[in-house]
Amino acid sequence: MTFLDKTVLDEAVLSEATAGDYLELLKPRVMSLVVFTAFVGMVAAPVTLNPFVAIVAILSIAIGAGASGALNMWYDADIDAVMSRTASRPVPAGRILPQQALAFGLVLSALSVMTLGVFVNWVAGAGLAFTIFFYAVVYTMWLKRWTPQNIVIGGAAGSFPPMIGWAAATGSISLESVILFLIIFLWTPPHFWALALFKSGDYARAGVPMMPNVAGEASTKRQIFAYSVVLAVVGVLPWVLDYAGAAYGVAAAALGLGFVWYAWAVLMMPADDRAMRPAKALFGYSLLYLFAIFAIYLADSVVERIVTGAAA
Amino acid sequence: MSVMDIETVKPTEAQKKARRSRNIAIALALGAFVVLVYVVSIVKLGSAVLVRPL
Repeated sequence: MTFLDKTVLDEAVLSEATAGDYLELLKPRVMSLVVFTAFVGMVAAPVTLNPFVAIVAILSIAIGAGASGALNMWYDADIDAVMSRTASRPVPAGRILPQQALAFGLVLSALSVMTLGVFVNWVAGAGLAFTIFFYAVVYTMWLKRWTPQNIVIGGAAGSFPPMIGWAAATGSISLESVILFLIIFLWTPPHFWALALFKSGDYARAGVPMMPNVAGEASTKRQIFAYSVVLAVVGVLPWVLDYAGAAYGVAAAALGLGFVWYAWAVLMMPADDRAMRPAKALFGYSLLYLFAIFAIYLADSVVERIVTGAAA
Repeated sequence: MSVMDIETVKPTEAQKKARRSRNIAIALALGAFVVLVYVVSIVKLGSAVLVRPL
């Protein structure tokens, strides 16, 4: 023991990080959305997986998503430290060392991709690997600090899970799973820009070029509205293309109209409104929207399967 | 120099508690992974688990 520098030991071995701190590195709340959308993609697919294999697929996707979260927290510890929303994360708070978060993220990435590839199929495995790469490298290291389009392009990472779920079941990609991708992809900018509007001070302090800091609030509000309109239209597409029934179509249209209505309130928000209630309301509604539209899609496809099963 | 003289690092109570929590989590995760590999092997291969070219 005396051969080692005591300060190195204090830091590396004698950690006060609990299992809960490591769990926090996996961004459990983001993970829950990933698990849910991947599950919907998997169940909506025309091939039914063995339930145990399905559990392995969901578990692998969840761990892979968590691993990319850990890699993000390793790389972003410097900016997380200066933002109120993220300052208490394990790395900026000093409970976990950056290199420990990095190792944790890398090991879980490899393990989750291998597990998904070997036990389910390699299309899904490759999709998960690409998603982790896209989130950790393309978004976190490259886009986030460079361009206000960061979350627009980076949003692709969060949009892949239903496609991975679909690929886990079918071993392929289809237009249906691409539309599920598009729904999350178009949802991401209004969701994050609503947050960025009322947290713009945080992002400015951290030097992250979010849209309100770069293009101004007025432009951000217009872009939120534009994305919301396109999202509302794409949300109905599964029904138009006959992938989902009329019940889904009606629900998706209503949810989309609600989204546009909240986005309109943000667009009409006076420039001197610092409380930004409409932006906070849109942020809250956007979370509800995504859960609801995927839940209805799931219910629709399950009902469809039961009905066709009964007819056959 | 006797064994007693060797300088070692003494973990504090908080460090011991944290280490125990991490150890339990690793044990559970490892156990779950072993069960998972076992179950999926049976599910995917079934009785063919022993059928292999010699």
